[in-house]
Amino acid sequence: MLNEKIITVDHLTKRFAAFTAVDAITFDVYKGEIFGFLGANGAGKTTAMRMLCGLSMPTSGKATVAGFDVYTQNEQIKKNIGYMSQKFSLYEDLTVKENMQLYGGIYGKSNQFIKDKTAFILEQLHLKDEANKLVGSLPLGWKQKLAFSVAIFHEPEIVFLDEPTGGVDPVTRREFWMMIYEAAANGITIFVTTHYMDEAEYCNRVSIMVDGKVEALDTPAMLKQQYQSPTMDDVFLKLARKATRSGD
Amino acid sequence: MRTLKFLLQKEFRQIFRDPAILRIIFMMPVIQLIILPWAADYEIKNIKLAVTDKDHSSYSQKLISKITSSGYFQLTAYENSYHASLEKIEDDEADLILEIPASFEKQLVKEDEATLYLAGNAINGVKGNLGSAYLRSIIQDFNREVRLEWIQLPKFSPQTQIEVTSSNWFNALMNYKYFMVPGILVLLLTMVGANLTAINIVKEKEIGTIEQINVTPVQKVHFIIAKLVPFWILGLIVLTLGLLISRLFYGILPAGGFLTIYVFAAVYLLAVLGLGLLISTYAATQQQAMLISFFLMMIFVLLGGLYTSIDSMPVWAQWITRFNPVSYFIEVMRMVVLKGSGLSDIKQQLGTMFIFAVVLNSWAVINYRKRS
Repeated sequence: MLNEKIITVDHLTKRFAAFTAVDAITFDVYKGEIFGFLGANGAGKTTAMRMLCGLSMPTSGKATVAGFDVYTQNEQIKKNIGYMSQKFSLYEDLTVKENMQLYGGIYGKSNQFIKDKTAFILEQLHLKDEANKLVGSLPLGWKQKLAFSVAIFHEPEIVFLDEPTGGVDPVTRREFWMMIYEAAANGITIFVTTHYMDEAEYCNRVSIMVDGKVEALDTPAMLKQQYQSPTMDDVFLKLARKATRSGD
Repeated sequence: MRTLKFLLQKEFRQIFRDPAILRIIFMMPVIQLIILPWAADYEIKNIKLAVTDKDHSSYSQKLISKITSSGYFQLTAYENSYHASLEKIEDDEADLILEIPASFEKQLVKEDEATLYLAGNAINGVKGNLGSAYLRSIIQDFNREVRLEWIQLPKFSPQTQIEVTSSNWFNALMNYKYFMVPGILVLLLTMVGANLTAINIVKEKEIGTIEQINVTPVQKVHFIIAKLVPFWILGLIVLTLGLLISRLFYGILPAGGFLTIYVFAAVYLLAVLGLGLLISTYAATQQQAMLISFFLMMIFVLLGGLYTSIDSMPVWAQWITRFNPVSYFIEVMRMVVLKGSGLSDIKQQLGTMFIFAVVLNSWAVINYRKRS
């Protein structure tokens, strides 16, 4: 499983005027893994992720996602990825069902596919009774789970999750990670950022960004060994303390 | 095409789910078209007149009663001195002073000649100007009456006299509502087109839903068409509503036929929708979009030819009006409603508007970026 590279990043850089948000990062993500992308606020995680999703134009460096070049084939990349932004961004004035229908339709799925998949997700999320309610009326935890389901509705190769569990209670957080594992078991590569170090332990491999650079990258076990720390929390603190940038 | 269907479905659902917006879209034309034309009047009425009558003769009384019976003037003061009348102007109780000198009647009868003095308050320039013009023509009329009464005019006057009689073509009664109502309707369509579209898209930017759309393989042309179509239809509904009100309340039936108006409006709406779209690609927040479109609307309205005639503007301002879509529609509305112009008569305006639509929409599509 861990041989085929699905994301390759080579000295990828993004500058905003004089500020270098992402500074020549280099790493690979393998097909089927859960890749944790950690870093303090303002370290450049979201910017890096947005470049990989084709939402932001890199300043320099190379990167491919699902075999497509981020500079020239960004629209092909979009066909093969799912994305869940930090800010909840489904349509709150559409119902649960209508949101799924919309995104299924945009990705070119057939009516039958949309119908079956919608029924499956409503069952899985226990949202059957809420299917025709406006998304805006749902509690945050449900919204996040729904956003994740919509992000992988079209069965992409990779899904990018930007702090998917921010502000969510521990029970829902646990449920959310169950969903992530399930998606990974179905062959979807997971690229996830988080601030919760217990979540970092769930990942196959973890990278830690400090001031726009990738400072460490390995399995959680190896990182703890390397930094002689009992927990990922400790590893993170040791690395993040070196940061000179203030958070956002 | 299938993507477009899903996007259109989304837009229509969202618009019809916001009853406040719908209410505004439909209440705005109804209220504005029913109320505004009665108030936004070109005619100057209720001109406050202060008379300084130093003569107190039967002729001065005749003149005053002739002036007040014209319906344009209100006699607000009747003083004995010019000074007292001037105070009325200073207190804003009078717009015009008419001074009748002490020997008015005597001179008129004996010497066949008399002088009157007129002073206007130019703070409200239009009122002062038009007021004194009205007054002058009433006095001239009075003058003629007096002369007829006193002097037996020879059959052939030694002086050449030219009498002017005029008739008003296309709007025989000079009913200002005939050009005010269609004009207001044009402004309403512009508001619906430019404002609502701009705000709608910027709202998606603000709440972040556009990012979720941008990360999908959706083509930006599809996304933009889906945004335009609902407002294009809404605009035509507003137009229909407006034309209905014009008919019911003001008896206005476009002499050139409805088809001409609808054809032009369809192209016009594409142009203003493109403008709204363009604004949305530059604005980051709804507030910015509002300010930009407000700024443009002010220019559109004041340089649109509805309130002031474009022909009497300075040349540089006339150049600006050529880039103002509103001015074309107002011109077309007047041609069609009053003159009875048909499609072949408005070819030029239609062509210009088509260019507007193509340029604005292309500019907007190019400027709309899925990637920053």
